Amino acid sequence: MTDRHDDMTDETALPGDDDLTAPAGPGAEDDSEDEEMRALLVHETSEGPQELQDFDATEPEELSIEEGAVLRMPEGLVLDPGDVDVEFGDDETMIINMGPQHPSTHGVLRIMMELEGETVLRSKPVIGYLHTGMEKTGEELTYVQGATNVTRMDYLSPLNNELVYSLAVEALLGIEVPPRATWIRMLMSELNRMSSHIMWTATNGMDLASTSMMIYGFREREMILSFFEKTTGLRMNHDYIRPGGVAADLPDGWEDDVGAILDTIPGRLDEYDELLTGQPIFRERTEGVGIISPELAVALSATGPILRACGVPWDLRRTMPYLYYDEVDFDVIVGTVGDTFDRYAVRLNEIRESCRIVGQILEAMPKGDYRSQDKKVTPPPRARIDESMEALIHHFKIFTRGFEVPPGEVYTAVESPRGELGCYLVSDGTNKPYRLHIRGPSFVNLQTLAPLLRGGLIADAIAIISSIDPVMGEVDR
Amino acid sequence: MPPTAEGEVAPGTARPEEGSPDAPALDSLPEVAAAGAANVRGQWVIFPSRDTYVQLAEALRRIGFELCSDLCAVDYLTHASRRLPDGVAPERFEVVVNLTSFERRERVRIRVQVPESDPVLPTLFGVFPGSENMEREAFDMFGIRFDGHPDMTRILMPEDWEGHPLRKDYSPGRVPVQFKEAPGPR
Repeated sequence: MTDRHDDMTDETALPGDDDLTAPAGPGAEDDSEDEEMRALLVHETSEGPQELQDFDATEPEELSIEEGAVLRMPEGLVLDPGDVDVEFGDDETMIINMGPQHPSTHGVLRIMMELEGETVLRSKPVIGYLHTGMEKTGEELTYVQGATNVTRMDYLSPLNNELVYSLAVEALLGIEVPPRATWIRMLMSELNRMSSHIMWTATNGMDLASTSMMIYGFREREMILSFFEKTTGLRMNHDYIRPGGVAADLPDGWEDDVGAILDTIPGRLDEYDELLTGQPIFRERTEGVGIISPELAVALSATGPILRACGVPWDLRRTMPYLYYDEVDFDVIVGTVGDTFDRYAVRLNEIRESCRIVGQILEAMPKGDYRSQDKKVTPPPRARIDESMEALIHHFKIFTRGFEVPPGEVYTAVESPRGELGCYLVSDGTNKPYRLHIRGPSFVNLQTLAPLLRGGLIADAIAIISSIDPVMGEVDR
Repeated sequence: MPPTAEGEVAPGTARPEEGSPDAPALDSLPEVAAAGAANVRGQWVIFPSRDTYVQLAEALRRIGFELCSDLCAVDYLTHASRRLPDGVAPERFEVVVNLTSFERRERVRIRVQVPESDPVLPTLFGVFPGSENMEREAFDMFGIRFDGHPDMTRILMPEDWEGHPLRKDYSPGRVPVQFKEAPGPR
């Protein structure tokens, strides 16, 4: 072999040199060279000598199949299944995978579907592609650092994640949060609900072929995110709501910013209502698609807009009030049928209710502290550090070692845009959680997917997956 | 494709009405009284044994706790002698179930002790089909098997993963960080 290899390099090098000096023409010398080359291209294989053919010897059809172009070929050129000796019975079903890279699965969700024709018989969501062990990470971080971890779970409503974590830590600590901090938390939580639902309306529109809704939705979300950026410093993953209060007071002129949001969004919502609700294609694709009964929804532990769309008036803000939700006036939106259209309508109207709540918060916002004055959990103000050794030590202790939380267990829950967001926190008296469990609403709501898809068309699956609104960061955690 | 839970729903779940004042008191239930309940931070906590666990959940659902909000496990490896109510022997694992009643607007927490030598618990799937994913997660993360579960497979970790990551004796792993750059050629 080595001899042959050496020969080949010599042979191929020489004609190249000749080419430079004299133009190559059809001659006896070239023919003999060609034959030599051909002999070199014959390889001994286990099935005897095999000759490598020239590239253009392959038929165009075969080449296009090899290159994966078969799906772009006209139907007449594609291999007819009738030509092959394989029997296709009428009762044959097919199992296909949708995702994990499918654009309509809202992240890395994979759905195994058993199809008969275009009808979905059985399906099973397969998750875990985004699992990063955040509950384990939570056990490694102190209570002060914990909020930075949980905020990354549901990346479309990070402030709700921080809120439920902070409420759990505060319940174990037994500290009271000043009224202004609580009102700020409510304000941020409601604005976050608006941005999350607007984002959902946008992507849902995209899934159902309303591309303009996508652009409009992102434009409105941008208004709210700019306010978040002004207040917290970041557009996502804020670490703003912390055990003991919030990280910073609202910026100067926040009333104007929030007022501008309240002036703009309700009018725009009416436009979107017209754009989607008044659109025959959208209604055709959502009405009567993916109906779930209230009994089934409760049995499968579904919460949030999915549960309310089938007529169950269960909203933790109303039924188990936390923060000051019992002091504001708002309606719990419920649907009647429990189909995809109802879930859309519930979310759209919840944005309106959130606007109402934010309007009342604007009126009610008191003056005062934005975080607890408990020296144990709250770092001293920056100015005090320059003056006082005590303050410097406190600051250093809180950010290196954190604070100890009395032993105990607590389960707190808030109504996130996707449903009941719970936090089960176990403390063993040290500065880190012994166990931090987050009950992600998307994770639980995903169980309704299989019964919803059953018996529907594969095109309806797109609408249904979108209407469940799973955020994979929270599903996999 | 393993069997999924679709279509199998426990009958008898009713639509929640406005809070009814004459709901029976929680500790009047014989199942609750037998297990012993304590009120911690305004929430009832019940410690049933492994044998009475499913019956207790059924009894609670009958009196209105229809929603299985949460199911998770805790590994008390380093707290083997923690304080529990009388008659409850602490074990390494604990499965914690949070049930919610629409009617009473109340939550109740069930804490079951699961020994390390035999980490098996009967499934709640027959009572609350919504516990399917959560039990799979507890299995995946802690290695607690749920007897009778229709699809006891890993849910978050890869299928061929070894070990159960949220156990306390499972190391979180470290990536070595080089703080000082090696001196460059100068």
